[in-house]
Amino acid sequence: MADPTEIYTSPHVLEYPYARSTGPIIGAFLTALRDGKIVGVKGSKGRVIVPPTEYDPDTAEETSGIVDVGPGGVIETWAWVDTPRFDAPLDTPFAWALIRLDGADTAMLHVVAAPTSDVVVTGTRVTAEFRPAAERVGSMHDLRCFVLEGK
Amino acid sequence: MAAEETAQGPVTMLSTPIRLDYNFTAGVAQSKSLRGYAEGRFIGQRCPVCKKVYVPSRGSCPKDAVATTEEVVLPNTATVTTFCVVNVPFAGQSIEIPYITASILLDGADITFMGLIQGIAPEDVEMGLRVEAVWVPKEELGPTLASVKYFQPTGEPNREVSTFAEHL
Repeated sequence: MADPTEIYTSPHVLEYPYARSTGPIIGAFLTALRDGKIVGVKGSKGRVIVPPTEYDPDTAEETSGIVDVGPGGVIETWAWVDTPRFDAPLDTPFAWALIRLDGADTAMLHVVAAPTSDVVVTGTRVTAEFRPAAERVGSMHDLRCFVLEGK
Repeated sequence: MAAEETAQGPVTMLSTPIRLDYNFTAGVAQSKSLRGYAEGRFIGQRCPVCKKVYVPSRGSCPKDAVATTEEVVLPNTATVTTFCVVNVPFAGQSIEIPYITASILLDGADITFMGLIQGIAPEDVEMGLRVEAVWVPKEELGPTLASVKYFQPTGEPNREVSTFAEHL
């Protein structure tokens, strides 16, 4: 017989399995990630936007021309995560950072793996670390993280 | 304009699941009902003011705003108040369509809950249909409404809608 005073608890997962079409520009970005590269797009006045968009966010003009950027870049701003949650991209402490890739005029949000927070400084150079080719599927997660350059 | 194409072709689709991980705590009253399912019976609660019987009970009467403490064991027999013929296939569907989902009013209860109807052709189901719960085998009973496999017709005459109109 069940315990007459037990209060039941249970995990309850609500999941919506959305799939969305990428369009030509994000599609090109994700295809490049799968190939182990990062690309941006040329916006108005030759400005390079990363990740690429179909329209220039300042002028609303159509962007044109995919260009290679990175794999190196510079940390613009960052936030240190001391205690990663269960669904964090890394299970050790890391930084979320806006990274301006070489050849880009905008910064992209991604993960910086670093041993301690004091080495993550605005202006620090980092470089992309991809997952092995066999594991890449055409997703932002194909780019595992950025690591400090030369470390 | 696309990036270097590979043997796999360019990426055109992106999987973006949205997932919410809850931990649900049933509370005292609902735990009583859940324990009832594990024992193969329906357990509700009666309001001390309006005397209405709630199954499953949330622990209070929404009309009188008082705690419902009196436990009521309800029978397996019930009446279908309203129902829906499910004809549309969807992801994760485990029952062959068409099937009937109905609002089940247990005898002696004052609220309905959703239940699956089996053992009758969809076109023969009517409001007022008399049904009874079919439980899973004893060794499969658990603290979940899934312990009730489905409701099947008892063969009694349908109840007049006017006799349960207040529960619609």
